[in-house]
Amino acid sequence: MFLFLARRLFQSVLILLGVSMITYGLLFLIPADPVRMIAGRSATAETVASIRAQLGLDQPVPIQYLRYLGSLLQGDLGRSYVQKAEVSELIVSRLPATLQLMFAAIFFQLLIGLPAGIIASVRRNRKSDRILMILSFIGVSAPQFVVGLLLLYFFAYVLGIFPLGGYGTIAHIVLPALTLGITIAGWYSRMIRSSMVNVLRKDYIRTARAKGVRETRVVLVHALRNAILPIIAMIGIDIGLYMQGVVVVESVFGWPGIGQLAWLAIQRLDIPIIMGVTLVAAVGIVVGNLLADIVTSIVDPRVRRL
Amino acid sequence: MVYLNQTAYSKKTYHFLPKILFGYPSCVTTALVYISSTQIKMNETWKRFKRDKVALFGGTVIVIVVTAALLAPWVTPYDPHEQFFDGLTLEGAPLPPNKRFPLGTDLLGRDLYTRLVYGARTSLIIGIAANAAAVLVGTLLGIIAGYLGGWVGNAIMRFTDLMMAFPALLLAIALASILTPSLWIVAMVIALVNWVQTARVIYTQTLSIAEQEFIQAARALGATPIRILWVHILPHLIPHITVWATLGISVTVLFEATLSFLGIGVQPPTPSWGGIIFESQSYFLTAPWLVIFPGISILLFALGFNLVGDGLRDAMDPTQRGRN
Repeated sequence: MFLFLARRLFQSVLILLGVSMITYGLLFLIPADPVRMIAGRSATAETVASIRAQLGLDQPVPIQYLRYLGSLLQGDLGRSYVQKAEVSELIVSRLPATLQLMFAAIFFQLLIGLPAGIIASVRRNRKSDRILMILSFIGVSAPQFVVGLLLLYFFAYVLGIFPLGGYGTIAHIVLPALTLGITIAGWYSRMIRSSMVNVLRKDYIRTARAKGVRETRVVLVHALRNAILPIIAMIGIDIGLYMQGVVVVESVFGWPGIGQLAWLAIQRLDIPIIMGVTLVAAVGIVVGNLLADIVTSIVDPRVRRL
Repeated sequence: MVYLNQTAYSKKTYHFLPKILFGYPSCVTTALVYISSTQIKMNETWKRFKRDKVALFGGTVIVIVVTAALLAPWVTPYDPHEQFFDGLTLEGAPLPPNKRFPLGTDLLGRDLYTRLVYGARTSLIIGIAANAAAVLVGTLLGIIAGYLGGWVGNAIMRFTDLMMAFPALLLAIALASILTPSLWIVAMVIALVNWVQTARVIYTQTLSIAEQEFIQAARALGATPIRILWVHILPHLIPHITVWATLGISVTVLFEATLSFLGIGVQPPTPSWGGIIFESQSYFLTAPWLVIFPGISILLFALGFNLVGDGLRDAMDPTQRGRN
C-alpha cells in the first residue's frame, strides 16, 4: 500500500511538472512583448533593457523556467497585468465560491443520476430503460450555457422562484448547480447503469435473492453498495469536467468563482490569470485522480499491484 | 459471385493505397481480402443498425442538418449578413418569430433562421475538421504506443496522462485567446485538446490485438512492423475508430459552441450557433428565441451524433449491447 501510494505520488509530481512546462510555454505564444507592454510606447531603449533585466527576461529560457518554477513552489503565480494584483490572491479569494458550486453540483448530479441509473439498470432493455437512456443522451448533448440560460429564463424571470444571478444565499446556488448537475448527470446515469448491470449479474446477488431478501433491498443495499464505488472514484477523475463546467456556468450566472475570473481574464487577454487558473485546475485534477486511486485501492486491493 | 463483385469494387477504390505505402503488389491482394471482409462485416452492421430506431432518428437529424448546411443559399430566404430595416421594432429591439422572419430576427435585424442554417456550416466544418485531425493524431499515437511499447510507447502514454491533467476547455481558452481566433485556429485548438481520448482507447485496443497469435504468426513470417500495423492491426481497429469519430463530432460541436459562447470561438460576422447566443445573451430575457433556437440546434446536432455513435457501437458489437 505504501509503495503504491509513493509511486502514484511521484507520478503526480511529474505530471504537475509537465503541466507547469506547458503553461510556461503558452507565454511564448503571446505575440506582444511583455516588456514593451509594461514600459509603454514612449520608453527609451535603455528603460526597455533595464526592465527586461529586472524581469529576468534577458536570461536563457531554461533559467527563466526554473525561476518561474521556484516562484510557483512558493505559491507565487505572478501578477495580473490588468487587475494589478497577485494572481494567487485573486484565486484564493474566489476559490470558496467555486468549491461550493462544485459540491452543490455533485449533489444535484447524484440526485438526478443515481435514481435514473438504478431504475434503468433494474428495468434493463425495457421501455423505461430506453427512455431514461435517451434522456441521458439529451443531457450529455445539451450545451451547459443553453441549459443555464433557459433555467434562468423560466425559473428566475418567468416564475421568479430563484434570483437572476449573484451569490450569497442557498437560493442563489440552486440554478447554477442544477445546470452543472443536469448536464453531468447524463454521463453518470449511464455509468451508474452499466456499473449496476455488472453487479446485478454477480452470484452474490442471486444468493441474496434466493435467500428471499426483498428486491428493493437487494438492489439498493446489496448491489448499490458495490456499484457506487467506481462512481465515487469517477467523481475524483472528473474534476476536470467540473472545472470546465464551472467556467461556463459562472459566466452565465455571474457566480464570483475562479471560472468567472478566467472568463473575465479572457476578455482582457490577462494571460497570467488564465495561466494561474489553468495550473490550479490541473492541480485539482491531479489531486482528484490521486484520491480516486486511493479510494479504489482501499476498496479493491488488487489495484495496488498495478 | 457477391464476393467477386466486392473485390472488383474495392480494387477500384483502394488500389492506390498499398502501392504508395509499400510498392509491392502482394500487399494488394492481402489488403483487398481485408477490405472486402470488412465490407461484409459492414453489411451486417448496417442490418443491425437499421433496426435501431433511436440511432436512425439521430442519423435523420444529421442528414437534415448536413443537407441544410450544404444547400444553405437555396433553403434560406435571405442573406445571412443582410440587416433588415423592418427586422427591428421602432425601439430597435429584435422581432419575435413572425410571417416574414420565421424564427425572428437578431439584435442587428438579421433573419435568425438564415443565420442558423449558415451557422450549421460553421459547426459542420469545425466538427469534421477538428475531429478528423484529433482522431487521426489519436489513432496514430495510440497505435504506435500500443504496438511499439518500450520507451516510445511509454513516453507517448505519459504525455497523454499529462494532457489528461489539463482541463481541456481552459487550455483551449488560453490558446484561443492568445492566437487570434479564426475558423481554422478554433478547429486546430479543439483538435489539440481532443485527441487524447482516442489515443487511449486505440492504445488499449492495439495492445490486446498485438498479443494475439496471428500477429505473432505474421511476425514469424517476416512481416515488417509497418505491414503488421497497416494490414493486420488497423482493420481490427476500424470499428473503434468509427465509433470514436462519430461520438467525437458531438464533443467537438459542443466544444466549438462553448468557445464561441465565451467569445473566443469563431468571430463575427461569421454565423455560429454558440456565437449567436454570445451576441444576444444580455437581451435574452426579452428575446428568448435568440437563445432557444440556436440552443435547440446545438442540442439536436450533438444528440444526433451521440445516438448514431452509440447505435454503431451496439451494431458492431452486439454482445456489448446495453452494457455501456
